[in-house]
Amino acid sequence: MALKIVKGSIDRMFDKNLQDLVRGIRNHKEDEAKYISTCIDEIKQELKQDNIAVKANAVCKLTYLQMLGYDVSWAAFNIVEVMSSSKFTYKRIGYLAASQCFHESTDVIMLTTNQIRKDLSSPNQYDTGVALTGLSCFVTPDLARDLANDIMTLMSHTKPYIRKKAVLIMYKVFLKYPESLRPAFPRLKEKLEDPDPGVQSAAVNVICELARRNPKNYLSLAPLFFKLMTSSTNNWVLIKIIKLFGALTPLEPRLGKKLIEPLTNLIHSTSAMSLLYECVNTVIAGQYWFSVGSKELCVQKLRILIEDSDQNLKYLGLLAMSKILKTHPKSVQSHKDLILQCLDDKDESIRLRALDLLYGMVSKKNLMEIVKKLMLHVDKAEGTTYRDELLTKIIDICSQSNYQYITNFEWYISILVELTRLEGTRHGHLIASQMLDVAIRVKAIRVFAVAQMATLLDNAHLLTGNMQRNGICEVLYAAAWICGEFSEHLENPMQTLEAMLRPKVATLPGHIQAVYVQNAAKLFATILKSQEGNTDSTAAQDTSQLMIDRLPLFVQSANLEVQERASCILQLVKYIQKLQQKDVEVAEEVNALFAGELNPVAPKAQKKVPVPEGLDLDAWINEPPSESESEDEQPKAIFAKEEPKHSRPRHTEVDEKELARRREARKQEQANNPFYIKASPSSQKVYQDAPGVEHIPVVQIDLSVPLKVPGLPMSDQYVKLEEERRQKERAEKKKKEKKKRKEKRSGRGKKHDSGPESEEDITPAHQVDIVTEEMPESNCASVRFYLSRPLADSEKLPVRSHRAAEAAKSPAEDGETENATSLEPKKKSSKEKREKKKDKDRDRKVMVKCWIHHWDCAFFVFIFFCLHFLTGNDAYHLLCSCKSDFKGRLNGRWETMSDTVYDIQGNLQDGSQVVVSVIFENKCDSFLKSMEFNVLDSLNSKLQRPEGSGPHDGLTVPFQLPPGVSNEARFVFTVQSIVMPQKLKGTLTFIVKNEDSSTHEKLDFKLHFTCTSYLITTPCYSDAFAKLLESGDLKGSSVRLEGVNMPFHHLLARICFHHHFSIVERIDSCASMYSRSIQGHHVCLLVKTSGQTVSIDAKCDEPTLLGNVLDEIKQTFSQC
Amino acid sequence: MFFSFMLLFSRQGKLRLQKWYVPLSDKEKKKITRELVQTVLARKPKMCSFLEWRDLKIVYKRYASLYFCCAIEDQDNELITLEIIHRYVELLDKYFGSVCELDIIFNFEKAYFILDEFLLGGEAQETSKKNVLKAIEQADLLQEEKILKVYIN
Repeated sequence: MALKIVKGSIDRMFDKNLQDLVRGIRNHKEDEAKYISTCIDEIKQELKQDNIAVKANAVCKLTYLQMLGYDVSWAAFNIVEVMSSSKFTYKRIGYLAASQCFHESTDVIMLTTNQIRKDLSSPNQYDTGVALTGLSCFVTPDLARDLANDIMTLMSHTKPYIRKKAVLIMYKVFLKYPESLRPAFPRLKEKLEDPDPGVQSAAVNVICELARRNPKNYLSLAPLFFKLMTSSTNNWVLIKIIKLFGALTPLEPRLGKKLIEPLTNLIHSTSAMSLLYECVNTVIAGQYWFSVGSKELCVQKLRILIEDSDQNLKYLGLLAMSKILKTHPKSVQSHKDLILQCLDDKDESIRLRALDLLYGMVSKKNLMEIVKKLMLHVDKAEGTTYRDELLTKIIDICSQSNYQYITNFEWYISILVELTRLEGTRHGHLIASQMLDVAIRVKAIRVFAVAQMATLLDNAHLLTGNMQRNGICEVLYAAAWICGEFSEHLENPMQTLEAMLRPKVATLPGHIQAVYVQNAAKLFATILKSQEGNTDSTAAQDTSQLMIDRLPLFVQSANLEVQERASCILQLVKYIQKLQQKDVEVAEEVNALFAGELNPVAPKAQKKVPVPEGLDLDAWINEPPSESESEDEQPKAIFAKEEPKHSRPRHTEVDEKELARRREARKQEQANNPFYIKASPSSQKVYQDAPGVEHIPVVQIDLSVPLKVPGLPMSDQYVKLEEERRQKERAEKKKKEKKKRKEKRSGRGKKHDSGPESEEDITPAHQVDIVTEEMPESNCASVRFYLSRPLADSEKLPVRSHRAAEAAKSPAEDGETENATSLEPKKKSSKEKREKKKDKDRDRKVMVKCWIHHWDCAFFVFIFFCLHFLTGNDAYHLLCSCKSDFKGRLNGRWETMSDTVYDIQGNLQDGSQVVVSVIFENKCDSFLKSMEFNVLDSLNSKLQRPEGSGPHDGLTVPFQLPPGVSNEARFVFTVQSIVMPQKLKGTLTFIVKNEDSSTHEKLDFKLHFTCTSYLITTPCYSDAFAKLLESGDLKGSSVRLEGVNMPFHHLLARICFHHHFSIVERIDSCASMYSRSIQGHHVCLLVKTSGQTVSIDAKCDEPTLLGNVLDEIKQTFSQC
Repeated sequence: MFFSFMLLFSRQGKLRLQKWYVPLSDKEKKKITRELVQTVLARKPKMCSFLEWRDLKIVYKRYASLYFCCAIEDQDNELITLEIIHRYVELLDKYFGSVCELDIIFNFEKAYFILDEFLLGGEAQETSKKNVLKAIEQADLLQEEKILKVYIN
């Protein structure tokens, strides 16, 4: 026996041991795989031997090979064999191999259960030790279930060496077999007070981990942990306990008050950075800010971390700082200097952290300075990823909260322009969208922006080294659009037009080319306008010729969009040229193509407009084209033959006086609007009147910086300018204050000093149109916010002009009705017609853009309703007028022939006028013309007819309706008394024209004038409201609504929306509301809710009106 | 705390030791190892020791030609992780007597035994260096004894 073992050992000496294997691998660097495969063959032979020593050696080698990435799962059983060896030497190797190679799906694991149990109860603590260590790596739910009890017993083992291992492994067991937690917990808790510190710390570890997953079960242990925390000196344990408290405090806020003292003590006293960091983090995460000075202490300690030369501490300091920033930006802002320093750090991860912090630290005062610093870094940045990160951060920082911190938009535009010089950035579209956004929303900046964009277009070749791949050429999209849309501000439009039509443009991506083409047309229109006044007509003709020469390049474009736009515009220009040769003035009509101002729209605006009943947005307007048709037939031929499609450019002329009046009204309104950043009149002046030497832009020659294009602005100069502007403002302010002080000095002895400039003192040089996202429909609080001001005179609704009369004046309209044949050439030439219609009323800017695409036989009509408004107030009015319940859906034959909806609105300035807007929609396949609208007048209400016509004559509807088209007409009614609702009977006569016949048709309808439609939403102050009620002039009435099942704010919104009320005040489930009739009656409501019952107490100086309004409210809620 | 895994690899990207405290398939382990080795080696020497990777935090430190790299969870303390790494290096140093990469390559099972005495299931089980070394020495003694016994018999 002995001989055999010795022989085995001697044999073993000739085998390769682990060291030989490692050495062999190192010596066979070229053919490692081959060498290892021979080794594995050897190992397989060794594993077949009976000698356990040989097997263990083989398994040890396999463990090494496993680490190198070779599959050893085939040897799993041999590993189990070695594990079961009675000798510690081999057992140790077996368990190591198992812990490295086994995982949950290794099937031999289930064979190990009994072996492990045996080892756990071994008298040798090291046998137990390796078994526990191994188990911690490959414990499965089955093993956990079978061995939980054994391990639990080991928690009370006599040797601390085993106890601590058993305690730690219990955590893994709990994870795999949660049922074991309950029986094991009491013993685990005991271990918190184990005499051995190792066991104690193990128990703290496990409970801390458990508590992080489910804190509320461990609240009861808080006193015990508190004792440990104050008594322990082991930093490792302290960190755990503090972490545990971090998890418990949110559940038991009182803990925080108790903890803050030991925590601050630790922060003050500890020299261990890990502990300090843990304490600071816990204070931040737990929001222990109630304690005086805790915030300052944290920030101060973090500053020390950030100032440390150790990169790790710097990084963590910044990380924790950003957490404080979220809740207390002010306290971090004072360390701006330090954060800016970190931007210079060699370590990119630290710079990125610092960038994150900067985002929250900017203010109006320091924005320019910070961005200037970032721009320097952009120039220096070596890697594109970091540079792109900088770029997005700059834009994020500047654009945050609606450009809140930007005081000078010329500066911002120049920053954006400077950023375009970055080569190879991915963020061209980001810069482009910023340019567009600023140019559209900041009206004052347009002149400047247009000039900059023109320069960009002129130097486009500098931006577009490598056209397709280069993301920066996206900015040309913005540049072209801005130059086109705001072309009236261009200094040299001819040059820009030329730049936009260069042959090189054809190498740009398709969508950019399309914008180029479209905006070249806008520019062309502007140029025509300026040239037509001249006596020399050749200039205008030259411009047309330029277009005709250059556009064919785009007509050939492979991009469909470019091709379509180009060929459409080319034909248009050709036609214009023909007219020019006949000395016809065309500029005005060409300009009408692009008339109307584009304004910002809130992203959610469209969603807020209710879809009218019966309108299916997904349904086809026309039959979809069949596939075969479009392929078989030639599109051109079809186009020439097809019936001309009517699209009516409707625009209303506004005279200069009216414009001035509206401008004044808007200014007045903006002054009252808290969302408007007011323009400081002095700012612009400073910029213009400051011809100091330092303001002359000097082109710096700095070869490390990308070439600067002459004429492009230097953002730096604005920093100086801004500084001066502020100084001047400050000086003016001081002057004023001095005056004030002088006045006051006589009265009081000491007065406050003006002190350093505060954030509020800095006024922006330009104002931004801020489109608020939320509209009152969903949020009553905001309704109140907008409306709780008395109506200023300038805010009153202007008189709606009679649409019918106005529309008839439009020249295009005339042409339309005159003679269809005379218009033939024009219609043929226009493949695409764009129509912009602008409702010129002060507070309703509903813009409708229609593109009509002709494609084979089918017409796709895309109608984009772009609703936009400047302020919430406007939005509200808009909502009121776009009422969802178009009550007067007229039945019967209307459904088949045409469909009408109408809306009735009172006119505030004339107490006896009501405007009814009717939308006519032609639903049949025939052409409708000669429509006449007539209403049988009652004693009370009369349709306003043009002078000279009789009391029974109808009004001609000023348009014709091709199939599927709808249009709106407005009719003015004079009303004597508004206290009663009334119905008016009317008829609509029209001619239905088919290909072969035309018939005269007649439709009867009823117009329902509700009392609500005489009410005008009028905001009211609560004190004015109170006075009104106290006056005693009002008579009361009340109504109860049962079974109203909706949130209170919805209910209020509904009353506001349907019945034109505004909320004066809302307290819990009670609200007061106000509205006014067109004849000046006050209507006051007190709405209370309890459960499903709503009671409305109302007061009004006209009881009949009140009764009717209440009835209508009741009806609204009975319908839902 | 509870580490997810610990990796030791050389400057050349060769794995020297791996310990996984979360059950993962071999394929996943290899993928993670490859990705992390690349990321860490790409970092410049003066950069800080922490990086965010997937939903974990990676803490690494270089000692001579070896990188020690640990993965911890989001709320865990980076600095104490660095201390644990350092403590492990100290233990290796004491055990091998100024440890070098070759020691770990040729005695890789010893390196594992020391790690297993120091960390269990990803958690530091013993904060005292002396106790860890004592346990290792005694276990080694047991092993030697047995081998001796074999030869004597």
